[in-house]
Amino acid sequence: MMLSPDDWSTIRLTLELAGLVTVLLLLIGTPIAWWLARTDSALKRPISAIVTLPMVLPPTVLGFYLLVAMGPQGPVGRLTQALGIGLLPFTFAGLVIASILYSLPFAVQPIQQAFEAMGERPLEVAATLRASPLDAFFTVALPLARPGFITAAVMSFAHTIGEFGVVLMIGGNIPGKTRVVSVQIYDHVEALEFTQGHWLAGGLLVFSFCVLLVVYHFNPMAPRKAAN
Amino acid sequence: MNTQRKPGKFWVVVALSLLLATSLVQADEVSVAVAANFTAPMKKITAEFEKTSGHKVALSFGSTGKFYAQVKAGAPFEVLLAADDETPGKMEQEGLAVKDSHFTYAIGKLVLWSAKESFVDDQGDLLKRGSFEHIAIANPKLAPYGAAGMQTLQALGVYDAIAPKIVQGENIAQTYQFIATGNAQLGFVALSQVIGEDGKVKSGSAWIVPQKYYTPIRQDAVLLERGKDKIAAVELLKFLKTPYAAKIIQSYGYELGR
Repeated sequence: MMLSPDDWSTIRLTLELAGLVTVLLLLIGTPIAWWLARTDSALKRPISAIVTLPMVLPPTVLGFYLLVAMGPQGPVGRLTQALGIGLLPFTFAGLVIASILYSLPFAVQPIQQAFEAMGERPLEVAATLRASPLDAFFTVALPLARPGFITAAVMSFAHTIGEFGVVLMIGGNIPGKTRVVSVQIYDHVEALEFTQGHWLAGGLLVFSFCVLLVVYHFNPMAPRKAAN
Repeated sequence: MNTQRKPGKFWVVVALSLLLATSLVQADEVSVAVAANFTAPMKKITAEFEKTSGHKVALSFGSTGKFYAQVKAGAPFEVLLAADDETPGKMEQEGLAVKDSHFTYAIGKLVLWSAKESFVDDQGDLLKRGSFEHIAIANPKLAPYGAAGMQTLQALGVYDAIAPKIVQGENIAQTYQFIATGNAQLGFVALSQVIGEDGKVKSGSAWIVPQKYYTPIRQDAVLLERGKDKIAAVELLKFLKTPYAAKIIQSYGYELGR
């Protein structure tokens, strides 16, 4: 095997990061998606736009603003220092927070679409059967939106693994703490260690392909229908 | 007959002059890959070179390792200003650069720098006390200034104590960014990045690391194969050796090579 212990440590760290971020994103993303799917508020569009921003912004922009905001002079940095947490850049916690922001649209959008596709009807039926709104949410809405949750989880996980620019900007490349697979690949390639780069890069390619297969398995593409 | 030939002649002249114009423009343009630490002086040197020679220069800034890989893959650079003296030599051997065309255009100076005033003392004793949370160093595998920083820590015998506090920038520019934003309290960068017009450090506090602690950072320039027949490329390399260019190079804290 061509992977060094250092490579393995980056793989483990990356999986830990992606796993934790996925769990947190499902917890944070579900209420946002629920609200966005059902509200008629004037805030719907601006909030949607903010949630989707990380999808269109270059990761370097996000990373740069995070570095400045989380720094000692930045608003977030001042807050974390006042709370006695210290500064977030160059820490695992900092990467988790950055990754949550970065992957937020990939969690919210599939769940939101699943809630929207479900429509009002199942909840109305549940209400006539005297289910409380909370009850209806957990026993009716969540199970019906299952494919959306699976897609959200898989995409959040995969997108966090593929994260590069943001980690590069705020990570500081510390072994075992912030050195993730994508940065390790970049370093291998930059140092002209193409063989080691290939092993990691090839692994990531196969992994990403499998992830998309899983997503399409749970969201079958509609078969072509003959025109009538 | 004559009336028919005239427009023909006219178009021949137009075509010829267009051809001539394009060939002139091509001969007048040189694309140069420049090590990131030499960004500021190179911009100044290039501005003067363009004015006096009439040639056009396209500058790309980045890491030497990346440029090496790109040139190997056929990138259209004609001159390389590297951050080390190994890469240009290697490129000559591999036929990527013109044999015996490399020369040292600058010798880089390493500096321990902090954005905070009077944080770094002028002896570097701070490194022994270790009273800081993060120290930023460019990735020593990729950046000569990073390697020089590591050598300095080892020479001072503080490497083991400091190792857990090291954060790495991918290159010297990113390392500067970590320190300038205050996320790392201090770090090793190139003197050229923090020096002002008056030859003093612009802001914050700094210790110019004595040469005895690290291998001199000899930065070599080389004429790449694609620039072999480009007059502008050859002239630019010549211009780097003029007293005018030397003055600019020194004003950024570099020493001159010979």
